[in-house]
Amino acid sequence: MAEPDQTTEESGGGDAGGPDVVAAGAGTAHGSDEIMIELQEVTKRYPGSNEDAIESLTLQVPKGEILVLVGPSGCGKSTALRLINRMIEPTSGHIIFDGEDVTTVDADHLRRRIGYVIQQIGLFPHRTIADNIATVPRLSGWDKQRTDARVDELLETVGMDPSMYRDRYPNELSGGQAQRIGVARALGADPLVMLMDEPFGAIDPITRDRLQNEFLRLQQELRKTIVFVTHDIDEAIKMGDRIAILGERSRIAQFDTPERILAAPANDFVEDFIGSGATLQGLSLERVRDVQLNTDYPVVRHDVGVTEAQRVLETSSEDWLLVLDDDDRPARWVTLDHLDRTDKRLIENGRKVTALAEPEDTLRDALEEMLLSNAGATVAIDGRGKYHGVIELETLMNVLQRMRREAKAHYARHAEPDTDDTSVDA
Amino acid sequence: MAIATATEDEAVASPTRAKVSDFLTRNAELVITPAALLLFGLGLALLLSNVELDFTETRQLNWDTTSRRIWETVELAAASTVLVLLIAIPAGILLTRPGVRKVTPAVLSSASIGQAIPAYGLFILFFAWMGQGFWTAVWALTVFSILPVLRNTMIGVEQVDAAVIEAGRGMGMTKLQALVRIELPLAVPVILAGVRTALVINVGMATLAFLVGGGGLGETIFSGIQLSRNLTVVVGAATVAILALGIDWIAAIAERVLRPKGLRGRTSPTDTANPI
Ligand SMILES: Nc1ncnc2c1ncn2[C@@H]1O[C@H](COP(=O)(O)OP(=O)(O)OP(=O)(O)O)[C@@H](O)[C@H]1O
Ligand SMILES: [Mg+2]
Repeated sequence: MAEPDQTTEESGGGDAGGPDVVAAGAGTAHGSDEIMIELQEVTKRYPGSNEDAIESLTLQVPKGEILVLVGPSGCGKSTALRLINRMIEPTSGHIIFDGEDVTTVDADHLRRRIGYVIQQIGLFPHRTIADNIATVPRLSGWDKQRTDARVDELLETVGMDPSMYRDRYPNELSGGQAQRIGVARALGADPLVMLMDEPFGAIDPITRDRLQNEFLRLQQELRKTIVFVTHDIDEAIKMGDRIAILGERSRIAQFDTPERILAAPANDFVEDFIGSGATLQGLSLERVRDVQLNTDYPVVRHDVGVTEAQRVLETSSEDWLLVLDDDDRPARWVTLDHLDRTDKRLIENGRKVTALAEPEDTLRDALEEMLLSNAGATVAIDGRGKYHGVIELETLMNVLQRMRREAKAHYARHAEPDTDDTSVDA
Repeated sequence: MAIATATEDEAVASPTRAKVSDFLTRNAELVITPAALLLFGLGLALLLSNVELDFTETRQLNWDTTSRRIWETVELAAASTVLVLLIAIPAGILLTRPGVRKVTPAVLSSASIGQAIPAYGLFILFFAWMGQGFWTAVWALTVFSILPVLRNTMIGVEQVDAAVIEAGRGMGMTKLQALVRIELPLAVPVILAGVRTALVINVGMATLAFLVGGGGLGETIFSGIQLSRNLTVVVGAATVAILALGIDWIAAIAERVLRPKGLRGRTSPTDTANPI
């Protein structure tokens, strides 16, 4: 109902700091440049309240990307989602959906094009699981055959056996299963856009991790535009192509890719929010294939003989020598001590190499391996198991430094990160 | 310890028996009520066939008259309950809609007036307005029993989890679709509890219909009182009781059958929402 009163129709992307930062993220994320959802200085004050729930929120979501809204309880995340699908009307500002101002389209039809997972799940208790999932297909007039097929497909998608769950009622499900049905129901008529309000909130960490992975895999194929709400920064970093860290009244504290937020938190609020695990989180965003491996490490084939092995190790500054087997696969770690004390063959001497990392592993995996390894280093191998190089603590430090440097350079090029110190630090 | 183990073993040994007894404990009233009513009815019939009835008693208690009056009572109760449903359910729904909420307290308090006036007085009021007849009695009953259905409809619709409605609306249901597909089905158990209450009130109060020439079992009781025939009074009152309990039993079964499937076998707050 509210007539937008302050925003101009034009949005050149140049006013103030906000749009600059939004545009700046475009390089790394998966989406196209086309904008699917855009909020322009949206303010929402609930009737009867004397404070804004959301104060002048401006953001854009490119097609095919996951934007994560993360922030403390009560900062207006759910409100922002409700504004996008017009469950509530903004007090002022514009919301543009796929090029159209949402206030100009029929709200019920708009919502059928947007998958909506609400925070409280809200399954229909008097309807079977199948009927729940079929809600939007039926509203959209699909025939029975197509609807039934779709229901089974979606149950498979969320990892629940259709023959077992189709005819059950919601009160026969566990909390985690109910959440999955909530997601399946939102995917019902294959909407291009999904609004997901803490969809994995009520699930234990292990199942949650699995669901997140399943969902990301699914997203690889589906390429939906998703606004994903959570108050868990780890989840935000894992799921988001971009993250908006929100402070009170949904003021944006930082809006960027997970990498840059971790490497260069915009202010104390963000730093507090991402917490002490940020460095480790940063490592889990980088893969072994992308780092500069140490290839100067002392390495020999097992058939070179003990004398040659001793010579290689003595001329290097390292304590451990890596011995490869016939196929160039890492086999043993040996020290000078091992070589002096026994006359075992190289391939049997020293200790077995346990810490290995494949190209697709994250640096965090590599670090964990390293901490458990004998030699304090993780051996990088290629897809067939051949030796590729060594990852040491130093390698990881270099990566962290590079990430920080890149983030700084990025912000130097694109002015200041979008921060609002007055509202956030207060 | 030993006792506990023995009990467990037994439960494992005869799961079928456990199931049957479980069913019976949960649905005891559904089985016990008709059995008790049947016994009671048979006892009454036996009593009547064994005592010598004088002329006035025979006139009041013969089967033709009694069955006609039973039927009249049922008609009175059925007609007034149908009227109550037709008026109270739509009104109850309307009163929960946002735009209409302002008048809700006013409507509710005037509906309570209907129940606050003694039933006797209501019959007289309607007699003064509509004269004698079946429909006079029906309308008096309707006004008297409208409150439980009206109030339960409102409570039933309002207690529906807001999140469930938000989910429905959020997926593109129109307001009407959300009402018909979500709010009403989920309100059914509470509404039915109100209807059951109204039905029982109507059967009981239909005994006053004779005041306005509406017939019914009240005539048996009243003539017993007037001619001081205690047996007639007792038999009339007992028949009313059997009828009321029997109808309540049918309503209880209807309540269980009509309750949406996903809500069965679960204790929900709605079970305690009957305000009467
Ligand atoms: N229907 C409403 N009427 C009035 N105020 C509301 C309403 N819904 C939310 N609010 C207020 O608006 C603010 C934002 O609420 P919102 O539900 O969007 O927070 P949130 O970020 O989703 O929090 P959470 O993480 O706890 O879910 C809160 O202060 C809340 O009290
Ligand atoms: Mg919320």
